[in-house]
Amino acid sequence: MKINVMSVMVDDQAKALRFYTDVLGFVKKNEIPLGEHAWLTVVSPEEPDGTELSLEPDQHPAARPFKQALVEDGIPFTSFAVDDVAAEYERLIGRGVQFTQPPTDMGPVTTAVFDDTCGNLIQIAALDKSA
Amino acid sequence: MGDVWKALADPTRRTILDELTERDGQTLFELCARLATKHGIGSTRQAISQHVDVLEAAGLVQTQREGRYKFHRLDTAPLRQIADRWAIMDSEENR
Repeated sequence: MKINVMSVMVDDQAKALRFYTDVLGFVKKNEIPLGEHAWLTVVSPEEPDGTELSLEPDQHPAARPFKQALVEDGIPFTSFAVDDVAAEYERLIGRGVQFTQPPTDMGPVTTAVFDDTCGNLIQIAALDKSA
Repeated sequence: MGDVWKALADPTRRTILDELTERDGQTLFELCARLATKHGIGSTRQAISQHVDVLEAAGLVQTQREGRYKFHRLDTAPLRQIADRWAIMDSEENR
């Protein structure tokens, strides 16, 4: 068994695709129309055959209250690995991304948290090289 | 206003104030992460939230809603009543 895909629940697939590709820099891997929505995934250009991220419509009535409650408390839905959190923070700030937590030393990791504009907070994290 | 003395009596609550001194305006998530990773305080998010509520009732923390996020800010004004009650004296060597 392998983990080949994970999901974030987004309020708008087209908007999510723009943010996750144009702003974050991921690339589209699959777009399979399924009626009103699509099976839509992106991957990291650093790992084109790596784990796919599915941009999943948050259409279930329970999804939005769940997402809102997480966002209110600043809780990221998931976490992506970066080499340098501070550099990534500067790059994304330059692209207008809003952070709820700037780069912060959290023991063995440095983390930051930003808003994906689709109803989620996302953490970026780097393990300390010396750890 | 709640009891400042009681609010300060708990080490976890004092650590929350320490972390807000280091960076003001944190989400509950950031506070919990700092407590867990920097101080080994592995309390549940709910327990930390209750500590924040006590600090808020004492006026030491203010919760501000900005858009869809909730940030916690330090307010040291209630500490004035301690110095008002027992004035801070200079010791001999400091004169």
